[in-house]
Parts: sequence; C-alpha cells; structure tokens
Amino acid sequence: MSVDLHTVKRVARLARIAVSEEDAERMTGELNAILGFVEQLNEVDVSGVEPMTSVIPMEMKKRQDVVTDGSKAADIVANAPATEENFFLVPKVVE
Amino acid sequence: MSDLTHLTISHARAKLRAKEITATEITEAYLSAIERANPALNAYVVVTDDKARDMAKASDVKLAKGEGGSLEGIPLGIKDLFGTEGVHTQACSHVLDGFKPHYESTVTTNLWADGAVMLGKLNMDEFAMGSSNETSYYGPVVNPWRRSRLDTVVMPTTHQGDGGFVSAGGARTARTLDNAQLVPGGSSGGSASAVSAFLCAGATATDTGGSIRQPAAFTGTVGIKPTYGRCSRWGIVAFASSLDQAGPIARDVRDAAILLKSMASVDPKDTTSVDRPVPDYEAAIGKSIKGMKVGIPREYRVDGMPEEIEALWHKGIAWLRDAGAEIVDISLPHTKYALPAYYIVAPAEASSNLARYDGIRYGLRVPGKDIVDMYEKTRAAGFGREVKRRIMIGTYVLSAGYYDAYYLQAQKVRNLIKRDFENAFAAGVDVILTPATPSAAFGIADEDMAADPVKMYLNDIFTVTVNMAGLPGIAVPAGLDARGLPLGLQLIGRPFDEETLFQTAHVIEQAAGTFQPEKWW
Repeated sequence: MSVDLHTVKRVARLARIAVSEEDAERMTGELNAILGFVEQLNEVDVSGVEPMTSVIPMEMKKRQDVVTDGSKAADIVANAPATEENFFLVPKVVE
Repeated sequence: MSDLTHLTISHARAKLRAKEITATEITEAYLSAIERANPALNAYVVVTDDKARDMAKASDVKLAKGEGGSLEGIPLGIKDLFGTEGVHTQACSHVLDGFKPHYESTVTTNLWADGAVMLGKLNMDEFAMGSSNETSYYGPVVNPWRRSRLDTVVMPTTHQGDGGFVSAGGARTARTLDNAQLVPGGSSGGSASAVSAFLCAGATATDTGGSIRQPAAFTGTVGIKPTYGRCSRWGIVAFASSLDQAGPIARDVRDAAILLKSMASVDPKDTTSVDRPVPDYEAAIGKSIKGMKVGIPREYRVDGMPEEIEALWHKGIAWLRDAGAEIVDISLPHTKYALPAYYIVAPAEASSNLARYDGIRYGLRVPGKDIVDMYEKTRAAGFGREVKRRIMIGTYVLSAGYYDAYYLQAQKVRNLIKRDFENAFAAGVDVILTPATPSAAFGIADEDMAADPVKMYLNDIFTVTVNMAGLPGIAVPAGLDARGLPLGLQLIGRPFDEETLFQTAHVIEQAAGTFQPEKWW
C-alpha cells in the first residue's frame, strides 16, 4: 500500500500537525519508503496466531479504589502556558 | 591523586567508603570535566551544579559517619527522558519547552535514595526517536571516539655510541586521529558519550528498539536493557509503552550491575512493573560459565555486514568456548520481520502517547485562530521531522480501515518473534550471542542516512528483536575495528535472567579488555 498527497494531508489533519504543501510532498515520499519496508510483513503466515497483548504474561495489577493523591491543583497547572485561578486557559471553543 | 573521573563506580565506591576521597571532590572533578568538554561533545543539555554540590555535601555527611547507600556520593548523568523534580525535563523536544515536573521518576528516586549525585540532564534524540542523536532539539552529540588512520613511518637507522646499539631502520606504524565528527548512536547518545568521555561515572538511559545497546556499542561502553517490567516506567516520558525500558550505560560490566540493582524495583505506580525481588546482580560477576549453553542465531548473519563484525562475533564465540561454554547453532526464523513490525507498533504507540502535547497543559503553545489551529501550529512548531514522521506513520496505521492490515498483523508477528526465542530457551539455550550493531559509529550528517529513513532504522536490526520479545539484552565492548572504532557484542537472556547476562558479559570483558577514546576535546 502507498499513500498519495491527499492521504498525507488527511493523516496530518488527524494527527493535528499543520503541514505546508512542501512538507506534505516530502512526507509522501518518506512515508511510502517506510510503508514499502513494512510491506514484507504480509508474507508471514499468521494463521492461528493471536496478536500480542503483553510481552510478560502477568495479571494486570489493580490498586485499591481509594484516594491516594490530590489537592495539588497548583502543581498540575504550574507548567501550563496559560492559566487563571488553577484553570487551563484555551481559545474560545463555543460561540 | 590521579584523575577522579577515571575511577569506575566500584573503585570510587571503595575509596569513598574508605574516606580516601570525598563525594564533593569527585563531584567537583566531574563538574570541571563537563565544563571543559561539553562545548565540544554537547552531551549535557543542562548541568545541575548547585544540586550536585548539595547532594555531594549530604553524601559526605553520611559517608563520614560510615553510613550511606550503595551509590553514596557517585555522580551520575540522567537522560532528559526521566522526569526530575524542578529540573529541565524535555525529552530534548521543543514541544516541552520550559517543562519542569513537580514529580520525580521512580528510577531516579531509587538512585537518589541510594545516595547517587545528579550532575545534569543528558542529550538524546527527540522523544528517544533516532539512532544517531541527531534529532535532538539541542543539536547532535559528538562521539568522543574518532576514526584513526594507521600511517607507516619510516625510521632512519641510527647508531648509538661506539659499539653501541644499532636500531634497525625500517617501518613503524603510528595512529593519526581523523577530525571527522562521529555520532555516538542514539537515542541515548548523550548518556553514551558522557560515560565514554568521563563526564559522569555512569548514566541512566532508555531502550525502545536499541537506544541503550547501540550507543553503548558505538562508544565502547556497557549498556543493558533489562526485561520489560524490571524498571518502573513511571515518570519517564513515554515513547512506545509496550517496548520502553530504562537501564544503565556504564564503563564496565560491574558498574552496569551496580546501577541496575539500584534502578530496578517493584513499583505500584506502574502496572507493568513485575512483582519480583531485585537480585544482587553484582554477585553474578566472576561466576564460571562452564557448561552454559550459548546459542548462535544463524539469521543474524545479514547481507552487507562488514567482515570485521563477523570476525568479532567469531572471537566472542571462541572466548565463551574457551571459558567452558557449549556453543550451539540456533534458528530464530522471524528475525527479519522484527524491524518492520517495530516500525508499525512503535509509531502507533507513539502517535497515541504524543497526542498529549497539545499546547494546553505544558510546554510550547503557538496561538491560532481557533483551538484546532492552535493544536496544529503548536505541534508543527514543537515536533521535529523524525517525530512528525513517526506520528504520521502511527496515525495512518491506526486509522480506520488499516488497523487490521498493519497493527494487528504486526502484533501477531511479534508473538511469532517471541515464540522463536521461547523455543530456543526451551531447547536448553541459556544465553544468545549476536553482534550489537551492523556497523561501527558513522559520521554526523551522513548523507545516505539522511536521504533514506529506513537506512537509519537498520541500525537497530540486531537489537530490536529483544524489545519486541520483552527480553533482557546487554551490549559489551569486544574490540576495535581497523579504523580504531569500538565494536560491541550483544547477549540476550531469558526473561528476568539479567544475572546470566552480567556473568557472561564479564567473561567477554575479561577477554576483550576495556576501551577508552584518545582525548582530543
């Protein structure tokens, strides 16, 4: 499978990365090189093989359903580019 | 006193405990070495001098009382991927501009609890995506190793005194260092370069497809990626969660064992951290490997591999045989599919993990006309080329209609890769010996690699299988090539059998010796 310029622009949109016309053209070539490389996986017979879910067979650990943390709103917003009274500020999303 | 920066961790530990040296002295020695070397090598992105001095002072108080942990007063460098409280943590990406976490990763918490001293944060490929440390926002790291040329020098015949000695003229060889700058490998290039150039006693690193072992091989250092689940991933910036593991880069096998013992733990904060006590890895060093079964996988003989690497592999086989190991040929038939499967699984997980960089909660924000425009502009400006490429691949293979063909197929192949190893171990193989990399270190801005991303990816051809199967792997220096550059061998073990890796790697180290670059910086 290979991608065209239109698909690359659509994927960039899905990934929320702005791309110029020139970027998209360059990426088309690069992505096709990578997709060409991974194509060889199709020759592997995987009938009856389960997809891997975990490299080490183990039960998923569950912790007790209790509060162990909290009351650190100021720490959480400390690295945000724009905040007000411990809220994250974002551009207006609802008219 | 000889240069304190040249002490291994085990030697420094003994001298600190015997009060022959202080933590402050060794820390100051490293800080001045960094100050002199970093402009040339670019291994550190931040030096935390004040913190280092404070930590060293605290260690000295403990050491004076005969107290202290297993790493008391040992100065370490920390890869920029580890969250360090109040200290620059950016995974060497522009998108995490100015980020200083309000928490400490579990691995570094363990190291500080054992008394280690933090010298600073080490350069790396952006988000650990790269094999040359050239994708860092902070610029490439330079390998302290340089190629050298063997020149033939004609010696004149000289007579000394009456009836004195006659030195027979003729040819002698001398090595001349070439000026070309080489990469230290990646993604833990800063860690490898700093350890090799004596800018820290040891360093933390991480390995998703070879990011500890390939740079270790390129710099003549020892690097171990432990079994998946051995070191907690909590507080480490995520790249591909099912593959990422932390481990140390050190100057010798014993130092790597000492560091891993401290870094590894059982952590309730990471659900993939495995409930097994951490053994004393150092105790495995020096044990005989007599009767051990060493597997040699025929699929690791790849086309175009330099003869020197093949020869090095044979040397490794001979060393282990001489030490009493039984050598057996094995087959890992799905080896060639590990790299292509990796380039589906890792980008898929990365595209999902890196969705969090949206310009809202931390790091860079580039304003836009609405929120989507802001996301797109922030991510366009914040991520470098290689990171964008991998996010794009990941987004594509996970997108509607392609998931089964790519991601599901890759995860099935991954099970087959793991099964290959399980079959070998079930047949009685204790450890597998392979080359660590298909070449020695290459030049910065290598044109072939820049023109074709897949060429760069091929660096991980021998290491990536280990991540896909979750196994432990160690790279140990085994010799120099004709141009004087270090080459490494890799040992792969059973899950959680890091002890056998240290035991066997030490046998190789005893036979091969250790390697230091000639200082030019």
